[in-house]
Amino acid sequence: MDVDAFTALYRAEFSRLVAGLVSRVGGLQAAEETAQEAFEAALARWPSAGWPPHPRAWLIRTARHKALDRVRRRANFEGKRAELELEAMAGTVPDDDDAAEERLFPDERLKLLFTCCHPALSMEARVALSLRTLCGLTTEEIARAFLVPLPTMAQRLVRAQQKIQTAGIPYRVPSEALLPDRVEAVLAVIYLVFNEGYAATSGEERVRLDLCDQAIRLGRTMAELMPRRGDVRGLLALMLLHDSRRRARVGPDGEAILLEAQDRSRWDRAQIDEGLQLLEEALLGGPPGAYELQAAIAAVHARAATAAETDWAQIAGLYALLARVQPTPVVELNRAVAVAMAGALEHGLQLIEALDRSGDLKTYAALPAAKADLLWRSGRFRAAAAEYDRARALAASAPEKRFLEGRAAEARRRASRLS
Amino acid sequence: MQYLLLIYRNEAEHAARTESERAAVFAEYMALSKSLESEGSLRGGQFLHPANLTTTVRVRSGSVLATDGPFAETKEQLTGYFVVEAADLDEAMAIAARIPNARDGSIEIRPVQLSH
Repeated sequence: MDVDAFTALYRAEFSRLVAGLVSRVGGLQAAEETAQEAFEAALARWPSAGWPPHPRAWLIRTARHKALDRVRRRANFEGKRAELELEAMAGTVPDDDDAAEERLFPDERLKLLFTCCHPALSMEARVALSLRTLCGLTTEEIARAFLVPLPTMAQRLVRAQQKIQTAGIPYRVPSEALLPDRVEAVLAVIYLVFNEGYAATSGEERVRLDLCDQAIRLGRTMAELMPRRGDVRGLLALMLLHDSRRRARVGPDGEAILLEAQDRSRWDRAQIDEGLQLLEEALLGGPPGAYELQAAIAAVHARAATAAETDWAQIAGLYALLARVQPTPVVELNRAVAVAMAGALEHGLQLIEALDRSGDLKTYAALPAAKADLLWRSGRFRAAAAEYDRARALAASAPEKRFLEGRAAEARRRASRLS
Repeated sequence: MQYLLLIYRNEAEHAARTESERAAVFAEYMALSKSLESEGSLRGGQFLHPANLTTTVRVRSGSVLATDGPFAETKEQLTGYFVVEAADLDEAMAIAARIPNARDGSIEIRPVQLSH
């Protein structure tokens, strides 16, 4: 049997099955187990009998039978009610009517997303639950992606499921009053997953790149289920535009390649087009939020045919807007770089100096690295080298350290050539 | 489901308030109890005397050990509680957010383990 096709089917259908089962079998854990059983049944049967013409309908039908078995084992009233419901459902679908089967099993993944991203769960638990339940990753894959021992991750998932069940975290789309906050919570989880994957560029951490794909899938699910929200589209646009540079931003040895040095022909044009389209739609919806503005910044880069043609003035303007909705030192740092790149090199450097003195980013390697770049551009190579050294000491990953070391050495060479 | 809502506030801050400020908070609590009652969600609730009146008891090797003061010294002290009936955690959180001391203290929500 085609293992890749089966894995793809699992990833695509697992969350829909689980979502549809939660309210029918009484809880997330039971729903996951039931969905798992349906896939196991498929694995036992399909290799010899061949794939059914409608795999999804087959899985739904099988899951429904498994669910019925499960609720029959529970003798209480709740179980009885669920049993009657499932039986009534079975009675209305002839065994060969795949379309009716799917109609009776509406897509309820949105509810599941809100449950998994509930603010009463820790951020770590939200991320792990979403990846497992909505992306169909195994506990082991999630543990590896977050560099956490398997038992730790397994325990984290079990605790989260217990809290959902016992503390009464609801399984539904939140009320209108709660919705804005809760959508934000879901988007924050998706963005965190994306950034985890995006930050890992080195060869040995390749498995983490998969997190970008998973985040984009979650983003697509949200955009499909809540099409009218600007922030939902904005986040998806942002992720697509950043991810479009995937093949260009890492060198053969796993080293990062700066935006200005990237081979732009290696950028994924289809993904850029999709991101630009989504961004345009997102911006029609009203005043742009943080995701839309960050996507707009990424779009300016995506539209520039060469690094030299980048419209830095526009980027600086967008960062100024972003600083209003998201006043953080990291945004300030980026704004300072954009101001410098737009022509006001000294002004940009002064802004960075001020940030440096504030101490807000004293463990953030990107600050001395940005300062070093600007000093380099202004021909102050010796000062640049010192800042690269500082950045290297703060950098987290080995490839990043190697890259900064190389820059520092090159800055020193240029400095000694000048003197 | 039933939830215990534990109300924590800084007692020193509360004591520093004027008489009329404290009376206003008290009136807010009375109004909240009344509306929770009419909504059918109130199952119980009381104010507690200040934490300095606490006695902690432990039995070790058969003997009763009593100490003056709470089990743990904290910046905010347990000052009262509600027991409420709510459909789910979202509803319980919404009730917790209406408690006056949610604005200056903290409300801890614990699901009650009901015996069947």
